[in-house]
Amino acid sequence: MNDEQLLRYSRQIMLPEIDVSGQERLMRSRVIVIGLGGLGSAASIYLAAAGVGHLVLADADHVELANLQRQILHTSRDIGRAKVDSARDHLLALNPDVTITTIKKRFKDDDALEKAIATADAVVDGSDNFPTRFAINRVCVTTGTPLVSGAAIRYEGQVSVFCRTQDSPCYRCLYSNEHIAAESCAETGVVPPLLGIIGSLQAIETLKLLIGIGESLEGRLLRVNALTMECRTSTLTRDPNCPVCRTHRRDQDEGQTAARTR
Amino acid sequence: MARAMTITIHVPAPLRACCDGASELLLSAPSVRAALLQLERSHPSLYRSICDETGAVRRHVNLFVNTSHVRDREGLDTALVPGDVITILPAVSGG
Repeated sequence: MNDEQLLRYSRQIMLPEIDVSGQERLMRSRVIVIGLGGLGSAASIYLAAAGVGHLVLADADHVELANLQRQILHTSRDIGRAKVDSARDHLLALNPDVTITTIKKRFKDDDALEKAIATADAVVDGSDNFPTRFAINRVCVTTGTPLVSGAAIRYEGQVSVFCRTQDSPCYRCLYSNEHIAAESCAETGVVPPLLGIIGSLQAIETLKLLIGIGESLEGRLLRVNALTMECRTSTLTRDPNCPVCRTHRRDQDEGQTAARTR
Repeated sequence: MARAMTITIHVPAPLRACCDGASELLLSAPSVRAALLQLERSHPSLYRSICDETGAVRRHVNLFVNTSHVRDREGLDTALVPGDVITILPAVSGG
């Protein structure tokens, strides 16, 4: 780390849990942020500012006027630009130390995202729909990549960490794809700073995972109600009937048994 | 009835239309099953959103008693004591 980096990150390096070694870990880390809306904006700003070495930014959308009330990574001048381009420019202006790769594709279009997840140290899910969330979770389960999941609508936000270890619950343990009430910020509305709160919580959880400090939200779901300003934490466990992680675990177990008997 | 003697049910925003916009309902019940049966009588459309025609909790609905998922307790037979809070977890995907 050079003198400029030591100064830039000094206010976190002085925290004994982080120190120089934690900062060096951050600088060696690779995180993929999927969705550069309200959550992805807040999360990626803090991850870049904190000096995460390599950020992969994934989003297929373009900046629209109605995004700017909550998606603080983009400005009025970016309207019409690809979100990944707008995000890359703003994050590099904030911290030129960070290497940024962009993927301007929807999850289903290409396996580039799957490969990016497989090589990442953590995934920040800030996507805005259930099909994408389930697809991300499936890849995180099969690749064993920690998934820092956040969501927000109206005045309510949720954060949790899935797939951190083989014994962690996965996103599919909690939510079923039979969900009917799939609501989006675009259709239902959301109070803007809530996305900053939830996105920032995702950034904190990601930094903790990368450095290896504190207690992860793995196995817990944190819910924030901005209207009552109450936070509640519920316990999450693996669903023994989960169609995603149960199947993966069984395949793995069979693979290990086969390997042992060879 | 004093609030401390009751069970509170937190109703997520998408289901509040089933109970005149109420964000929470208060009732007295010895188990989750008994609480749901009361809902069936008092707020039938809310009940149908939670339970299927066999009375089982719908696959996509997550019910918590205080901080624990009912799946990790005794399911519908989970006993309730005054002051317990049942949360119907809303599915949130906005980003």
